Amino acid sequence: MSKKPSAIADIKAESAVKATDYALAPINAALSSTQRIELYRTMIRIRRFEERSLRAYQGKNPSGGTNIGGFLHLYIGQEAVAVGCCSLMGKNDHVITAYRDHGHAIAVGMDTKPLMAELYGKITGCSKGKGGSMHYFAPDKNFWGGHGIVGGQIPLGTGLAYALKYQGKKGAAMAFMGDGAVNQGAVHEAYNLASLWNLPVVFVIENNGYSMGTSQARSSAGQLAKRAEGYNMTWGQCDGHDVYEVRALMDKHLTLAREQSRPSTVEIDTYRYRGHSVADPDNTYRTKTEIEEYRNKKDPIQVSLHKLLAEGVLTETLADQIDAEARAEAESAAEFADASPYPTPDDIQKDVYWESDHPAQRKSEGRLFFD
Amino acid sequence: MPQITYREAIRHALAEELTRDPNVVVMGEEVAQFNGAYKVTDGLLATFGPTRIVDTPISEAGFIGLGVGASMLGIRPVMELMFWSFYSVAFDQILNNAANVRYMSGGQINCPIVIRGPANGGTNVGATHSHTPENVLANHPGVKVVVPATAYDAKGLLKSAIRDNDPVFFLENTILYGDKGEVPEAEYVIPLGKADIKRVGADLTIVTYGRCVIHSLKAAEVLEKDHGISVEVVDLRTIRPLDFDTVLASVKKTNRVLIVEEQKPFASVGTQLAYMIQREAFDDLDGPIHRLATIDAPAIYSPPVETEQLPNPGRVIKAVLAAMA
Amino acid sequence: MAQFIDMPKLSDTMTVGTLVKWLKKEGDVINAGDMLAEVETDKATMELESFFAGTLLKIFSAAGAQVAIGDPLCAIGKPGEVVGMPAPKKTAPAVAAPVVSPAPVAASARVPEPASASQPTPPAASSAPTPTTSPAVGRVRISPLARKLAAEKKIDVTRVTGSGPGGRIVRADILAAEKNPPATKAGSGSMFTGGALSSRGPVQEERLVPVSTMRGVIAKRMLESTTQIPYVYLDIEMDAGPLLALREQLNTGLEKEGVKLSVNDFILKACADALRRVPAVNASWEATHIRRHGAAHVAFAVAMEDGLITPVIRDAHLKSIFQISTEAKSLGKKAKEKKLVPAEFTGGTFCVSNLGMMGIPKFTAIINPPNAAILAVGTTVTKPVVKNGQIVVGQTLTVTLSCDHRVFDGAVGAQFLGALKTLLESPALLLV
Repeated sequence: MSKKPSAIADIKAESAVKATDYALAPINAALSSTQRIELYRTMIRIRRFEERSLRAYQGKNPSGGTNIGGFLHLYIGQEAVAVGCCSLMGKNDHVITAYRDHGHAIAVGMDTKPLMAELYGKITGCSKGKGGSMHYFAPDKNFWGGHGIVGGQIPLGTGLAYALKYQGKKGAAMAFMGDGAVNQGAVHEAYNLASLWNLPVVFVIENNGYSMGTSQARSSAGQLAKRAEGYNMTWGQCDGHDVYEVRALMDKHLTLAREQSRPSTVEIDTYRYRGHSVADPDNTYRTKTEIEEYRNKKDPIQVSLHKLLAEGVLTETLADQIDAEARAEAESAAEFADASPYPTPDDIQKDVYWESDHPAQRKSEGRLFFD
Repeated sequence: MPQITYREAIRHALAEELTRDPNVVVMGEEVAQFNGAYKVTDGLLATFGPTRIVDTPISEAGFIGLGVGASMLGIRPVMELMFWSFYSVAFDQILNNAANVRYMSGGQINCPIVIRGPANGGTNVGATHSHTPENVLANHPGVKVVVPATAYDAKGLLKSAIRDNDPVFFLENTILYGDKGEVPEAEYVIPLGKADIKRVGADLTIVTYGRCVIHSLKAAEVLEKDHGISVEVVDLRTIRPLDFDTVLASVKKTNRVLIVEEQKPFASVGTQLAYMIQREAFDDLDGPIHRLATIDAPAIYSPPVETEQLPNPGRVIKAVLAAMA
Repeated sequence: MAQFIDMPKLSDTMTVGTLVKWLKKEGDVINAGDMLAEVETDKATMELESFFAGTLLKIFSAAGAQVAIGDPLCAIGKPGEVVGMPAPKKTAPAVAAPVVSPAPVAASARVPEPASASQPTPPAASSAPTPTTSPAVGRVRISPLARKLAAEKKIDVTRVTGSGPGGRIVRADILAAEKNPPATKAGSGSMFTGGALSSRGPVQEERLVPVSTMRGVIAKRMLESTTQIPYVYLDIEMDAGPLLALREQLNTGLEKEGVKLSVNDFILKACADALRRVPAVNASWEATHIRRHGAAHVAFAVAMEDGLITPVIRDAHLKSIFQISTEAKSLGKKAKEKKLVPAEFTGGTFCVSNLGMMGIPKFTAIINPPNAAILAVGTTVTKPVVKNGQIVVGQTLTVTLSCDHRVFDGAVGAQFLGALKTLLESPALLLV
């Protein structure tokens, strides 16, 4: 009945390798075959994770209840951005993003089991079921969330850069936002502070063309990244469907941050195939043809697959195997999530205060909680 | 013991903590070169230099958010809001990010930031500069809220606040900045969440904090002398965590309560206290819980009328007499 | 095995989806990712995507149908595969129940609720030895602390006058009451059961009898009445002969109907009619004004083991003697059985107290506030009377009206008694 899952089978003939081959950029030329395959693998792992989470969202658990509540903002179509950027991270580089955060979480190396469990609201989730889809965190992997309010994370990311500079560490903060965030005041305040104080931060605008259901043309004046000029910052722009191109551009900006402690803004063009959240319709603001166009011609996974096959790094067999592994991983994450217990009511008031979680070291007195 | 001002006490706390911990950074509008809009940070730039004492642009959402982000990586920022009234433009950073980041990360992150500055009316600066948001702040689990009334308390509490691993919001008072009080030269800290009985009495308990402590103490003297009423004044000092045990013990002793607060009445700190008192001391009450708050309107500019809008000793006396009826 | 496609959850708030239309039909080849149908949610119309490849074997829900999340929409499988409706999904065992019960929170974070508020109980039905009063009669205004102290010191708060705002009893009042206890009556036995005549022992066992709720209420109300009301008492003697004759005549005639009218029934009826004639008596003192009641709700005292209660004939001015009689019997019975509900013993505007059956010829009664008057009815006395200049044997009845002089004056009370006398001496008037 259902055909064999295959990444190869999904390839559309129209997917084309761009004329400018960013594979030749030094940062990419230096990649080993294994590293190239890993980039591809991470992208496909994100894709399969997202597809599996959508199925879980739409389905019911065996008791008839909800698997996943609330919103689910999928990263499908944008994989090359997070994977390209995060693949450049050194030990003092940090990442913060908004609510479409699953891709970044997987790209920085978080295990998909606790990620899926977090969607399911389980105690085994990466935030113990307290954050949900929009609030993934992994400080041990220099990943600082996962933030729900558009643009609200950008001052925080600037603060990460401030801390790096204060502590004399040679690193950079990557503060991701969507194209809708550029109109938020907090973003502009952060731009100003970063430039004024020479902070090592790269502001990454993932421009998927739509702030929820409003197109860029209807929401933002001018080129988004160019606003950096008003704050005396350099800026760059690239196609985000090619992971090599993302890496080539980001490498320059990260180097600027690390070596010269200067902030900058990059605008990476990308596209999401799904609604803003999976509950949101597409048909009010864009056409199916447009979505199909991107799927067929610009899909980051297909673009990457083409290149790797052409480079001889990947064989069809290996590609199929990677895909099968990614599907199996997503399935096993869902099984793990499904089998995990929920937090208990006793967990509700844990993780609120550092002090109440460390009673032996508590110095304050009095009641922290009220009823 | 030397007498120093409330302002100096805060400055001494900052200086001591800057010396003690290299991760402490003082940041805010006009805190460095200008020596502080209210001169709280006077001289700190000269002592600690521009890396530790940082002037920010007028950009509260930006620099408070920056402080929150820096605190996640181990910096201990002490951010000055020139007025706490400006918290509204940084609300998302203060009450979405600082207050929630620990919880939403399942306890992986903590946010040891202090945000301090004056929060009071009574200086004829109009409604936009006269907010007292301690109730709004304390409504958010995850944060701590401190409102000191005296120089001694301000110093000891601020030192604890800076050492605390949770976000602490420290609400000062421009009118108290010049008030002198005895402050020991030797180092001391006052734990957060510990109330202080500022005056012992038998007939009625005033539960209060901040500048209303001073009003209440003045009123208590008159009440003792002219009306023979012995008032106990409990200074909460910290709103959250809340030392309710001290409140409870006092109420059980005097059996009558007046809450005095420089707050708009609706859903104020006093509202929460009244709920808790009736809940936990119902059978010890010999009369209803009374409360004196700011008269319920935006802060009026007109100088003599603003004095009447806020709690003051005269209003406290009237409120006590009503509560004793 | 065929795959069943269920109605998916397409939004955070969706519970049911409307199948707008099918984009595929049975027999179509489906690729994973193909759109199968359009589904309208509470938010938008969305496309239903297939996660499976195969042939659309069966459609279970027609266009236009409303389908709950999780219910099957269609099946996809191998061509020719036969499918029926899927079996209902098994409910997982309880251990897997995903809904977190709030109960433990409630148990740990809340103090036990106080016992549920007692149902409104007529004071007669309660003999609990607590000093609290029944809410039905009106609660005592007292501070929580004073209430606790009073309980500890066993002080009846209904006997304490409050010095706080609105008469609230506060701690000082309880402490004063402790030093200066209100006079307590020696416990009395039942008024109906005297001790043995020949006994030489003590009158009764000496002991403290807790004040029952009803006793407490009576004490408070009577004290309030006698200390706050300026009384005027008016007696009138009337010829009871016509009344007794008519009563006998009616009772004889109605015997087989089971009707038996009492003297008191006539008095209740006469009071209602007299109130209509002299309505100033049907009133209440309310400090800043006098309330004139539009309806005559005539109460009558019923003696009980440990007190008395005054059930009310509502709208007595609209009722016949037979209706009043029937109602009075029913209320009296319920009162003795302590089965009155508050609506049956509150809201009276005038009261009748009759000790005639106890042989008392004449007495004065205490007004039950907020009434402005009470009528005390004695027994019918056979004695010499002067009729048409002759001394003859007659039957007389004396009634005494206690009046609240704040509400009306003696002359008005006299008018009322005059009207009452007219009615009772020409009792046929009560039948029209």
